[in-house]
Amino acid sequence: MSGFTGTFRLVRLALRRDRITLPAWILGMAGFLAATTAMFEDSYERHPQLLEPDTRIVVENPGMRVLGLVTGSSVGGYTLHRDALTLAVLAAMMSVLAVVRHTRQSEELGREELLGAGVVGRYASLTAAVLVALAANVVLVVLLGLGMVVAGQPAAGSLVAGASIALVGVAFTGVAAVTSQLASTARGAIGLAGAGLGVSFMLAALGNMLGTVDSAALRVTSAWPAWLSPIGWGQQLRPFADNTWWPLGLAVVVLASLCSLAVVLVGKRDVGRGMWPERRGAAHASPALLSSAGLVWRLQRGALLGWVIGLLGFGLVFGALSDQIGGLEGEATEWYTTFGGDVDLLGAYWASMMQMAGMAVAIYVVTLLLRLHHDEAQGELEAVLGTAVSRVRWLGAYAVNALVGSVLLLLVFAVAMALTGGQVLGGTGSLLRDLIGAALIQLPAIGVLGAAVVTVIMLLPRWSVGLSWALVVGSVFAGPMFGPSLGLPTWLVDLSPFTHVPNAPAVDPTIGPIFGLCLACGLLTAAAVLLLRRRNLTLPA
Amino acid sequence: MTTAIAVSGLVKDFGPRTRALDGLELQVETGEVHGFLGPNGAGKTTTIRVLLGLLRADDGHVALLGGDPWHGAAGLHRRLAYVPGEVNLWPNLTGGEVIDVLGDLRGGLDPHRREELLERLQLDPTKKIRAYSKGNRQKVALVAAFSSDVELYLLDEPTSGLDPLMEAVFQDLVQELRADGRSVLLSSHILAEVEALCDRVTIIRAGRAAESGTFDDLRHLTRTSVVVDTAKPLGSVGQWPGVHDARVHDRHAELSVDPGELNHLLGRLVDLDVRSIITSPPTLEELFMRHYGEDIAVSARDAAEAVMAR
Repeated sequence: MSGFTGTFRLVRLALRRDRITLPAWILGMAGFLAATTAMFEDSYERHPQLLEPDTRIVVENPGMRVLGLVTGSSVGGYTLHRDALTLAVLAAMMSVLAVVRHTRQSEELGREELLGAGVVGRYASLTAAVLVALAANVVLVVLLGLGMVVAGQPAAGSLVAGASIALVGVAFTGVAAVTSQLASTARGAIGLAGAGLGVSFMLAALGNMLGTVDSAALRVTSAWPAWLSPIGWGQQLRPFADNTWWPLGLAVVVLASLCSLAVVLVGKRDVGRGMWPERRGAAHASPALLSSAGLVWRLQRGALLGWVIGLLGFGLVFGALSDQIGGLEGEATEWYTTFGGDVDLLGAYWASMMQMAGMAVAIYVVTLLLRLHHDEAQGELEAVLGTAVSRVRWLGAYAVNALVGSVLLLLVFAVAMALTGGQVLGGTGSLLRDLIGAALIQLPAIGVLGAAVVTVIMLLPRWSVGLSWALVVGSVFAGPMFGPSLGLPTWLVDLSPFTHVPNAPAVDPTIGPIFGLCLACGLLTAAAVLLLRRRNLTLPA
Repeated sequence: MTTAIAVSGLVKDFGPRTRALDGLELQVETGEVHGFLGPNGAGKTTTIRVLLGLLRADDGHVALLGGDPWHGAAGLHRRLAYVPGEVNLWPNLTGGEVIDVLGDLRGGLDPHRREELLERLQLDPTKKIRAYSKGNRQKVALVAAFSSDVELYLLDEPTSGLDPLMEAVFQDLVQELRADGRSVLLSSHILAEVEALCDRVTIIRAGRAAESGTFDDLRHLTRTSVVVDTAKPLGSVGQWPGVHDARVHDRHAELSVDPGELNHLLGRLVDLDVRSIITSPPTLEELFMRHYGEDIAVSARDAAEAVMAR
């Protein structure tokens, strides 16, 4: 019996388990790309003379290059610039979650033990997980390409576009294979791979921002940091222009090396354990841990630290870009004016960055609040409510942490942005004051989304994870960053809480929308509390 | 002195088709150790979760320490400690931290008692929860519960992962609670444990209390088994009133007899010149098997019907 015995059977088991999940990821991404391509195709069919100037803006503006590259003027290339980063992150997450689901998570939940007791080789689970993730990425190439072809783009470029996205998924399949060996929990393995994705994004963004623009202003040659990042490699395929295939080889080499490393690690460790040995901890709880809020703080402080570092990095980068905004023209200017920048383009830039930070912090809050459901479904809640903690106090512990976490993250972002922004523009003191105000004004909208998620958890616990993420994605896409550009109807745009956030510091905030958001947050919270007090808990059997 | 737990006519449904508890009666007096016996799926854990106010009773009356667990859960929980059957805790905290957190959320624990219990149960508090086996996770919950000075202990199959040595320690601990006048509801299917510890038992089957009382009460409700040798042939002993399951071999018989009929049977056996006789009261195992056995019979019949229906 070799170390790979049983791989084929495990592949079938994994495919059976993922028969809904993986198709949903792939079809969702392909549908999103097809829809946005059709939208841009339609708009440039009516105004073809705008395509080249619009492309120049994207190429020349370093801020826009953070999102990706456009080479030459084509509708496909222009669309892909808008979608590429989102899709690349989704492809990476799809792959990471699939690999972790069939390796580390299986081990954590004790399933691996049962499988390993059968006629199954030591490396079979890992191999099966990698094969399944790889197959998903191959299907992704085809369907993404098909999505663009259907929306009227040339076949060769469309296929390369699909490959430029799936390449990131392939590389992160390898990353997850290794992080699943390092961390001893699924959460840890996903977090490590996610940190890798963040670094990969930063390198690609930095490389593109420092890149040089050719004389026609239709091509960026990226600086070296972009070549250290799978997201950067994907961009170097330059779909609809060069249609280069060879950077795909880099991803395959990375996948092969990381998988070999993972196989070596599997051979060196015990089933159920990570490579990092289990450290001993305190025999007594510290006083800070001894309250329900303190317990929640302890459980999520690691994740919060990651978010602090991320928002600190983005704040510093986006603040440093402040002096580039004055030189903007054309469509980019129009986009910023939707944030109230008729007179004050710089203010509009800051307002848009603060809204972006607000949405990011909302995602953090949702991950935190979904632990409410996790506690309940995994059974930790039973132990807590068996003590003198009431249901409402348990909810309150999470609410306090959500509030403290949001304020902290928004402040970190605002201060970071003000420091580098003040550095390039001068006037750090007043900028600091303006940006902190603009950051904290995001809180009511974050609160509405958080309260809505809690209400969903109380109302439909079994469906709450999917519904909550649908709410987040819906609010972000219907919100001011994308809603108007995507041509969504006004009523839909108005449903997103982010639409109602005042565009500070460009415009002085008015009390009306803030009051409305606070009211909505309060009503949803009251509904959640009522539901929580009335319903049965869905504890494990 | 109020009753620690008084449950009457308790009904709990999970959806329109699943009735988990069907008119359950359960009475735990203050200061007694009460055994709560039943096969898997009989409704023991559901009952305890209703008692804790985690699930809402659909019908019937539930009083815990004189209060209503659904409305006054948090206040009542200061006066009780709970050990769940499946101990799910935070994998990244240490055992010691979890003990302190749970104790503190309940309103404080006795640090000396905590050290003593860690010693007696031989639990290392510096390990992370994820590194513990099931038995050790159970010890964490036991230490957290027994370090608290409370009136009532709800223990849901607390020893299913413990080794025999630790099982003995656990029994000592419960005996000490009883001597101290605490009330305990001990759900279990380890019969020896229940027999050793409990003053009274309730046997639950398919969501109802099948029987309830002291062991003596229950024994009196159940047939005594008799093995007898006589000088004269036993013949038609199988047809005598109150006699069941008789296996007769000429002058030797093994049979069981209804509770009220033992004296009558002895009277008639004397006429056959008894050489030796052994009568044994039913063990708890036999009591339990009588109810459990019906369950097995019922589920076998259901399964057969399900097969026929296809």
